[in-house]
Amino acid sequence: MPITNALTTTIERVSILDEHGNFDEKLGKGLIPDADLLKLYETMVTCRMMDEVAFKLQRSGRMGTYPQNMGQEANSLGAAYALNNDDWLVTCYRENCGLMWRGVPIDSILLHWMGDERGNAMPRPHHATPIAVPIGTQMLHATGLAWAAKYRGEKRISCTFFGDGATSEGDFHEACNFAANLDIPVIFFCQNNFWAISVPGRIQCSAPTVAQRGIAYGMPCLQVDGNDLFAVVYGMRKAIEHARTTGKPYFIEGVTYRLGDHTTADDARRYRDQAEVDAWKARDPITRLRTYMTKKGIWSDAKDAALREAAEASCMATIERCEQVEPPVRGDVFNYTFADLPADLVTQRETGHTHSLGQDPSQLPSASNAR
Amino acid sequence: MSTVTLIDPTMTATREIEFRDALREAMSQEMRRDPRVFLLGEEVAQYNGAYKVSKGMLDEFGPRRIIDTPISESGFAGMAIGAAMMGLRPIVEFMSWSFSLVAADPILNNAPKMLYMSGGQFGCPIVFRGNDGAGGQLGSTHSWCVEGLYSNVPGLKMAIPSCPEDAKGLMTTAIRDDDPVFFLESERMLGMKGHVPEGDYLIPFGQAKVRREGTDCTLVSFGRPVNFCLDAAAELAKEGISCEVLDMRTIRPLDIDSIVRSVRKTNYCVVVDQSWSFGSPGSEVASQVHQHCFDDLDNFVHRVHSADVPTPYAFNLEQEYLPNARRICEAVRSCLYRA
Repeated sequence: MPITNALTTTIERVSILDEHGNFDEKLGKGLIPDADLLKLYETMVTCRMMDEVAFKLQRSGRMGTYPQNMGQEANSLGAAYALNNDDWLVTCYRENCGLMWRGVPIDSILLHWMGDERGNAMPRPHHATPIAVPIGTQMLHATGLAWAAKYRGEKRISCTFFGDGATSEGDFHEACNFAANLDIPVIFFCQNNFWAISVPGRIQCSAPTVAQRGIAYGMPCLQVDGNDLFAVVYGMRKAIEHARTTGKPYFIEGVTYRLGDHTTADDARRYRDQAEVDAWKARDPITRLRTYMTKKGIWSDAKDAALREAAEASCMATIERCEQVEPPVRGDVFNYTFADLPADLVTQRETGHTHSLGQDPSQLPSASNAR
Repeated sequence: MSTVTLIDPTMTATREIEFRDALREAMSQEMRRDPRVFLLGEEVAQYNGAYKVSKGMLDEFGPRRIIDTPISESGFAGMAIGAAMMGLRPIVEFMSWSFSLVAADPILNNAPKMLYMSGGQFGCPIVFRGNDGAGGQLGSTHSWCVEGLYSNVPGLKMAIPSCPEDAKGLMTTAIRDDDPVFFLESERMLGMKGHVPEGDYLIPFGQAKVRREGTDCTLVSFGRPVNFCLDAAAELAKEGISCEVLDMRTIRPLDIDSIVRSVRKTNYCVVVDQSWSFGSPGSEVASQVHQHCFDDLDNFVHRVHSADVPTPYAFNLEQEYLPNARRICEAVRSCLYRA
């Protein structure tokens, strides 16, 4: 028997507005109406401002550990823009921009990072899940959410975000396998920012693209310039159409870069070359969009200055609102631990004693009653 | 069991170093001594460890022995088992024990059972190590105390030092041990300074240490809360209550003899354990004390644990949730009928 070719495949890469300002009319024309573009830009600028403000606050001790989104805004934003508002947005922790577009209050996001669980109580109408800090768990949740929608005969799909590092976790592979084999409409969106904290991409994936990991699971895969909002929207539309019409998953790799530290607890200068960072600064998704809009005559330096001023004021107002939120009460730790609080925990909540049952005489009667 | 020699570390210690330095010193000294020992984990090499425990080790030992892994706990824990079966002695760093949950199958279902299931053919001389317990506003998914969960499993040993001197001695013993050792550190203690001897020394497993002598009540603890017990004992001394503080140093094996000896002297016992109360090392100690000291006790064993809820993220709630000196004092007073 001769040796035949079992599979030949390619990974397409989409770039519409590049860092030099070149715009591909064929792919990009009519993709995002100007009115929407202005709103999207505004969201990106506000998100970036929030990063700057949060960073300063953390340094002055007014904020917990905070992961900046700087440089990656276009990915989650383009996705949230292309999705329907009742599609699930299953994020990890660097998707503020998409969440903001969805309408999740910035207050919630900030309150969470300021060390208050109540911030993670994502308002239900937004179809967004709580910020997922363990690496990789959310991809299986996204698959489960979409599977449940299918089970219930609903048309909605889910889109989940994760970094290049997370593709090393077993959860990632299991989520892809399930989604592909059980025909579940999930869009797997990898924000490949090249660094998993200090670990370079080469240690996570030695293949030339992360996107090709989807091939192993029989998924269509696409690489987009993740710093190009147009390319992200283009890729997402393709993915969404595929997911909705076939009910099957799709894999997108957004090639992007984390311009800031992993979180405020990290100092990326210790492991990254400044030259590399500078090269990526030149590909900043916000700058790129501003130049494009200015050239198109729908934006100006004056408008930009006004927007930044308004964004800063709105961020500061959010911070002030968050700082004025009263600390959670002790009963909160019990209130959300069970749907139906067991008797021993009711006693602990009511007596105010959080130590072990039996330590305080006031806790004994209920223990005896339980017998 | 490895043959261990106890050199009393207090004999020579004049130099003060941090807890993290003590851990590194133990690992480095063992790596110089034994070419089979190597370290792997997330960010242990280039980044010098997320908590700088392995700082400088890549420079000294090179990438063959200090290995950066992908974010794939199940993967590198399982590979370490294979390497151990082949005769190497891996040290596996879980940046946080919270991350070991995704590696539950290799660390609980393989490593501690391999010797048994291979009829004595394949041992697993591995040290799994990392930060355990609440690190300070890390939220409930990153604040696991795994001792309650993992100490239930036969076939493993569990060491949990409370000071730099023990960190080094117990780590050296852990690396030379022929069985899997779960080594529980605390992010909150890595910067803690203490006298640590420069040479290598071994602290045998299953040997508690009396950190403070006393006559009225025995305080039994392990790991970080031992330090809270010492604070509480100092506070209670002002009220005329003399506490004996026992640092168990290892949870498995458990040195029940030392506890019994102390309780027979004081007739009261309070166990302080930062894991949840249900089915915990604390409940095991209480059960064994009740069994061995039934006629010696003047009250039931009291216990101080974290509240029976997920670790809170909010600062004020996390403080309330964890055992602390105030709550230990309350428990001792209550146990001694002085509440």
